[in-house]
Amino acid sequence: MTTLTRLDTVEAFGELREFLRLRQDPRQTVISVCGFTGCKVNGSDAVAEALKEEVRKQGRDDVPVKVTGCHGFCEKGPLVVILPQGIFYQKVGLKDVEAIVEKTVIGGEIIPSLLYTDPRTKEQYKLESEVPFYAKQERVVCRHSGKIDAARIEDYIAVGGYSSMVKVLTEMAPEEVIDEMKRSGLRGRGGAGFPTGKKWEFCRMAEGDEKFIVCNGDEGDPGAFMDGSIMDGHPHAVLEGMLIGAYAIGATHGYLYVRTEYPLAIRSLTRALEQAHDYGLLGENILGTGFSFDLELTRGAGAFVCGEETALMASIEGNIGSPRQRPPFPAVSGLWGKPTNINNVETWANVPVIIDRGAEWFASIGTEGSKGTKVFSLVGKVNNTGLVEVPMGMTLREIVYDIGGGIQKGRKLKAVQTGGPSGGCIPESLMDLRVDFDELVKAGGMMGSGGLIVMDERTCMVDVARYFLEFLTDESCGKCNPCREGVQQMHNILERICAGEGKDDDIDILLELAEYVKDSSLCALGGTAPNPVLSTIKHFRDEYEAHIRDHKCPGGVCKALIQYGINADACKGCERCAKECPQDAITGEKKQPHTLDREKCIKCGVCFETCPFDAVYTE
Amino acid sequence: MNPQTAEPETAQFARLAEFIDGLGLGHEPDERQAALIEVLHEAQEIFGYLPEDVQEFVAEKLRLPLGRVFGVISFYHYFTAEPRGKHQINCCLGTACFVRGAEKIIEQFEDTLGIKMGEVTPDKNFSLGTLRCVGACSLAPVVIVDGKTYGRVTPEQAAEIIAEYN
Repeated sequence: MTTLTRLDTVEAFGELREFLRLRQDPRQTVISVCGFTGCKVNGSDAVAEALKEEVRKQGRDDVPVKVTGCHGFCEKGPLVVILPQGIFYQKVGLKDVEAIVEKTVIGGEIIPSLLYTDPRTKEQYKLESEVPFYAKQERVVCRHSGKIDAARIEDYIAVGGYSSMVKVLTEMAPEEVIDEMKRSGLRGRGGAGFPTGKKWEFCRMAEGDEKFIVCNGDEGDPGAFMDGSIMDGHPHAVLEGMLIGAYAIGATHGYLYVRTEYPLAIRSLTRALEQAHDYGLLGENILGTGFSFDLELTRGAGAFVCGEETALMASIEGNIGSPRQRPPFPAVSGLWGKPTNINNVETWANVPVIIDRGAEWFASIGTEGSKGTKVFSLVGKVNNTGLVEVPMGMTLREIVYDIGGGIQKGRKLKAVQTGGPSGGCIPESLMDLRVDFDELVKAGGMMGSGGLIVMDERTCMVDVARYFLEFLTDESCGKCNPCREGVQQMHNILERICAGEGKDDDIDILLELAEYVKDSSLCALGGTAPNPVLSTIKHFRDEYEAHIRDHKCPGGVCKALIQYGINADACKGCERCAKECPQDAITGEKKQPHTLDREKCIKCGVCFETCPFDAVYTE
Repeated sequence: MNPQTAEPETAQFARLAEFIDGLGLGHEPDERQAALIEVLHEAQEIFGYLPEDVQEFVAEKLRLPLGRVFGVISFYHYFTAEPRGKHQINCCLGTACFVRGAEKIIEQFEDTLGIKMGEVTPDKNFSLGTLRCVGACSLAPVVIVDGKTYGRVTPEQAAEIIAEYN
């Protein structure tokens, strides 16, 4: 469809959808190339271009090459999937392009060298759906991943996109939509987990001549990229969710607030907005239903606190992003003092499928208190890093081991950090915890927006707490004293402990300060800032004590407290550490155990990382 | 002439003025304030940074107090009132990068370039900074130079990356 004609009626939309649906041949061969950051950096753009050229060269230009949103298995990018079978090729390079077209697309043959092999079982998998990384996932929000080209609104319409909006506009009263959301049990995916239907209802009932809705795309939690990938790969699902929300709430204008660090998401959403406008799915009198709604994109400028809703609104208004007291809540007094409803990206993206398949269907997924699925970014010291979507209630162990393939280099898992700087570290002993909003909080963590950072035995938990507090000290807006000064003081203490200058009462002072900061900060940034400290003290108090009393860093990270050495029994004399050492502190004969000169050593840890035999130790 | 770009300053101001006029802002102070961040993004894109004369120009065009413009610039990390190097090396300090040794990468870049984070090399070729997560966590640790992302960076690679831009 190249003729982008504005659709004036619901019937015209129905005709377009039928046309696009019928035009799709389920047997059609399609080459799907992942185009999100992980694959892009590894050269997926060039691979996609080469594939396009190659199908032309080999006379099969009827085979479309689609560049799609994130496929999820970032660790193995660039990823190429041959549809309709779903043949899964990983780490595809330019040299593989000719063979893929000739052997697989034309010849129907599989290329074994491009298949994924499970390093643990040595088993090879042919289809994407069989690969263990994907097999245990349940994709609701990302159900179209790898199948549609995010740059084409027609792809989205063909798979049923915007039909939920049409259903709502033509068959449902706003109250019915809110009721459906309430019955679905959807809770806000931004972290706090407030019931979405209830939030909408508050805003609907608030008095005001004008109401706004906002999509919070300021995914500031370091180590989380779910929302970025949803905005990039499923922009129209976000738009459709917002259209449905606007209708239910009675809003006429909306904002997509996206952090400026996400150029791909900004590009994808900007394009989606234009397309939706051109088709008449946004703007005045949408599809002749009398419903009008407009949406614009606002960029952030690098401030973590802007993920907090009152700070985010200040930023949309063009001010510095400093939060304000609640109540009044945004539902009553939000943007420019008018009723405003703010939801997270993933929350909005869940809305169309709930309307389409019904509240009961959605509520059948997940746990008692947390319905549906959750998208996580699984990163850190885990083998299969990437984007995963699982039903609420899956255990952390299943996520880290079955999907994530366990810990890198066969090392031991120490903790999983959830919820970003507001969250906490869940220790190995709690890996059978079912992941949902309530269980995580009980364990001292937090759902947060969905970053799962896996930490192994070579991570120092005091250093992790120090890292998060450094981040928060930097990101505190400075408006209220408890956060500005309290977090700073906690950070100072942690710095001292990591430098080997901890004092006996440091842990008690940290706990006392934590309570004070938690109780008296103005916004959630300060209110949750002590969490990384509280959860590490709760689960890893022995590490704090080792730093303070014994002047030892069990994780082997804190420079002031460690010495490197080489275990002569394990050293094979491969010379790799000696070559990498910037100080030439390591000497020895080839194939003979090497020695490390602690006088010269600057504790950079390069040898520790490079040694293939784990012969370098810290003490 | 701006040292960072080849374009004469007058042409740069003209471009910025054109951008602001193109927004079609009304007289409402709220509306003008709401445009500020987007205008500053554009200004930084044009000038490379936001020196005082650019701040004054923006304040005047948007009819906002200069203090408010400066406040916004100083609050948001992305905006800078100091000139930057020709090439910007940004090391990601998100959690995934941190866990996978970003601090060692940073030290290596600092040592190789002989400057600290937030500084510019004497020849103005490089500035060194940190970013808080760019969402490329699977590739941690990550370094971004002028928008190009390098994944799974090792300390030894620092010199190679710098050499690409020297």
